[in-house]
Amino acid sequence: MPKITINGKEIEFEKGMTVLQACELADVEIPRFCYHEKLSIAGNCRMCLVEMEKSPKPIASCAMPATEGMNIKTNTALVEKARKGVMEFLLANHPLDCPVCDQGGECDLQDQSLYYGVDKSRFVENKRFVKEKYMGPLIKTQMTRCIHCTRCVRFATEVAGVPEIGAIGRGENMEITTYLEKSMESELSANVIDLCPVGALTSKPYAFEARPWELKKTESIDVTDALGSNIRVDTYNWEVKRILPRLNNEINEEWISDKTRYSCDGLLKQRLDTPYIKKENKLQKSSWDEAINLLVGKIRSVKPDEIAGHIGDMINMENALAFKKLFKIIKSDNLEFREKNFYINPNEKMNYIFNSSIAGIENSDLILLIGSNPRHEATILNARIRKTFVQKKIPIFSIGDPGELTYDYEIIGNSTDDIKKIINQEHKFSQKLLSAKKPLIIIGESALELKSGPYIFEQLKKFLVDNNFINNDWNGLNILTQNASTTGLIDLKILKNQKEKNSSFFDDLKSKKFKILYLLGSDNLEFQKDNEFVIYQGSHGDRGAEIADIVLPSPAFTEQNGLYENLEGRVQEANKASYPIGDSLEDWKIFNRVIKKLDNQNQSLNFDELRKEVLQSIPNFSGLNQLPTKSEIEKKEIETNFFSEKILIKKLDYYFTNSISRSSKTMSECRQIRQKVKKDGTNN
Amino acid sequence: MSIKKIHTSQPKEFKFSGENMRKVEQILKKYPEKNKKSAVMPLLYLAQRQNDNWIPLAAMKFIAKHLSMPYISVYEVATFYSMYNLEPVGKHFIQVCTTTPCLLRGADKIVKLCKENISPNEHEISKKGNCSWTEVECLGACVSAPMIQVNDNYYEDLDEKSTKEILISLINDKPLKPGSYRGRKNTAPEKISINEEDKHA
Repeated sequence: MPKITINGKEIEFEKGMTVLQACELADVEIPRFCYHEKLSIAGNCRMCLVEMEKSPKPIASCAMPATEGMNIKTNTALVEKARKGVMEFLLANHPLDCPVCDQGGECDLQDQSLYYGVDKSRFVENKRFVKEKYMGPLIKTQMTRCIHCTRCVRFATEVAGVPEIGAIGRGENMEITTYLEKSMESELSANVIDLCPVGALTSKPYAFEARPWELKKTESIDVTDALGSNIRVDTYNWEVKRILPRLNNEINEEWISDKTRYSCDGLLKQRLDTPYIKKENKLQKSSWDEAINLLVGKIRSVKPDEIAGHIGDMINMENALAFKKLFKIIKSDNLEFREKNFYINPNEKMNYIFNSSIAGIENSDLILLIGSNPRHEATILNARIRKTFVQKKIPIFSIGDPGELTYDYEIIGNSTDDIKKIINQEHKFSQKLLSAKKPLIIIGESALELKSGPYIFEQLKKFLVDNNFINNDWNGLNILTQNASTTGLIDLKILKNQKEKNSSFFDDLKSKKFKILYLLGSDNLEFQKDNEFVIYQGSHGDRGAEIADIVLPSPAFTEQNGLYENLEGRVQEANKASYPIGDSLEDWKIFNRVIKKLDNQNQSLNFDELRKEVLQSIPNFSGLNQLPTKSEIEKKEIETNFFSEKILIKKLDYYFTNSISRSSKTMSECRQIRQKVKKDGTNN
Repeated sequence: MSIKKIHTSQPKEFKFSGENMRKVEQILKKYPEKNKKSAVMPLLYLAQRQNDNWIPLAAMKFIAKHLSMPYISVYEVATFYSMYNLEPVGKHFIQVCTTTPCLLRGADKIVKLCKENISPNEHEISKKGNCSWTEVECLGACVSAPMIQVNDNYYEDLDEKSTKEILISLINDKPLKPGSYRGRKNTAPEKISINEEDKHA
């Protein structure tokens, strides 16, 4: 490896690195504003100037490629003077409004001017003033503070794939704006707030809410989609003030979706804080004892087979296991967690996870989407596909029309016939697929929901196995699930084998076989209530509580510890950041009360034991935060029937997919704006 | 110079005329297909020529679509360069050079005359509706300072009297001849012939 000398210390660096990256290897800190690891290099802030031997002038280290034998100095008088000079220019037009600026305390400019700046300014002229720009309901702008680093512009064009932010005008009059000051049409838009090194782009919902040093920071996991993005929950007392991304290159890199970030205000609204019982057609407050007594009485009054349970999209694995145990005591096995009847083959782990892994997308050389819109179903995963598309120009194809996806793709069909043709190698696309080295096939829930769902999955798997696209190196079979709980619940064997019983949960639900329906945080189940007795146990007064006869309050995901398994099969821990509201109790504690009333053997659940059992029952488990281990492919052919069907990709109401985001004011604002744009057609 | 703003009343549609569309194709041939967005500047200029010397938003959108560029990128280019007009200008568009050499030779007086005769503010159409003016940076004719540019022509070696005559002729729609107003031929030295110069030397 080539060597570079930094401050007299010789270190090795990888070819292709910049001087700034080499300095980081040598543990030398270089101040910077415009440089960001995940974005292209701009080199326009000049803060990273360093001295290079044989160069008369200081060089911008972020843009200078490191070469063999370079001698870099970062601690000389020249560098210090250069930094001071740059800082003075940056501060010339920057207002001194830190006391009223939301960035205060976590501002790069504030911190760096403390360490590298001068204590006074020689600039006596009037400072420039720039009008605020409208950038949508999430981003608050104060453009006078902008130092023109263009990180936001690069993020929008490169990562988000919606080139809507730009710098207009020039020189002193340069201004950052969205095209004609429209709201940014991206599900990743709010990441520009984190990227902005100053207070020019700040968070609108969080404006003037708290200072960063007052907040308690808890590292946790996001549950609004199946990705398990790593997040940091910032709380002030018990209130969740904001959610920020945590760096995890395996999953979300440095980004999170707007829904992850801003549905947190839904945690303060529509909360269930005490048990309710329906009396005279109205939900009325009651005590825990009364509610549990009624519940147990009802359970005793019907046959076990007539009791059904449905587990929601944001339930952690411990609580789901506890629910399963409760149902075992009730002696019913009518448990379900899917919202729609999509096909899943739980026989081996490979069948229901995203096998290529999110980071592995970057290794693929062809992507085929089948009945899936990753932009709405898994925003961060879509960003990774875009990253790969931009870097390697890989071809992307789709069966079914997913709409705008932030990258170019070709629709090669919209029916199951096309899949059949591909598998039988009769389609013109087959050749392309077979000549690829690492093809990636993403099967969405919309495709698995079809009558030919089993055919699509089993035959594609067989096709991939036959053509050696599933081997030790590469596994191109990927299922894109949409809910945070799905993968974990399949592992807990909550999905029972349909062949054992003649009818599925959904058929029974439709034929009104169930007399009691126990909804555990489940709000998205489509179901017409007739005479069923509905128990809703969850955190929000949403669709489930609306139809319930008993409402039992339980905490949201930020208020309890719990394990979630993301779509790759990676088990991660969500940590308790705040306290349960009012009289609400953790789900497993509620089950304990029910069990105690129900059966006198004094069997009780314990959280630590639940977790232990969860970890033991996950197949291919290799450790927390790790990808599951690989196992031999099961060569068991499953007979499937083919139906000629059209593949329609279900449109997700992106900002309204779960009970937390439906309660969030910010999310409903975003949704209104997006719908308005669609109606007016004012969008590009 | 402050930031350029798009005009408040915009035409709904813009299309290159048949002749200009042929020119567009000619221009595009100069660039490789994958770099066709390099043609954004000549196309913006062509649009400005076609549309009475200013670029409407519809033209920027048209060009963006034609070159498969994001709208914002075309908008960035159009706001960056001062020679693209984003609001309507008079039929006679007067650009007064006010960079140092011209200013030393009395460009401020020309600006004053423009304010008096055409409109009190830059980019404002005159009462009669056929003139507007603006201050610009160096037009590269310092040797015959002070000077103004009217549409495609330079009027050079001006003083207050000649400027006023030119401005009035423009307002009355009967423009005077462009060129030097001290009788110079191009930028040749005046009064002293080269031979006489030699004698003194």
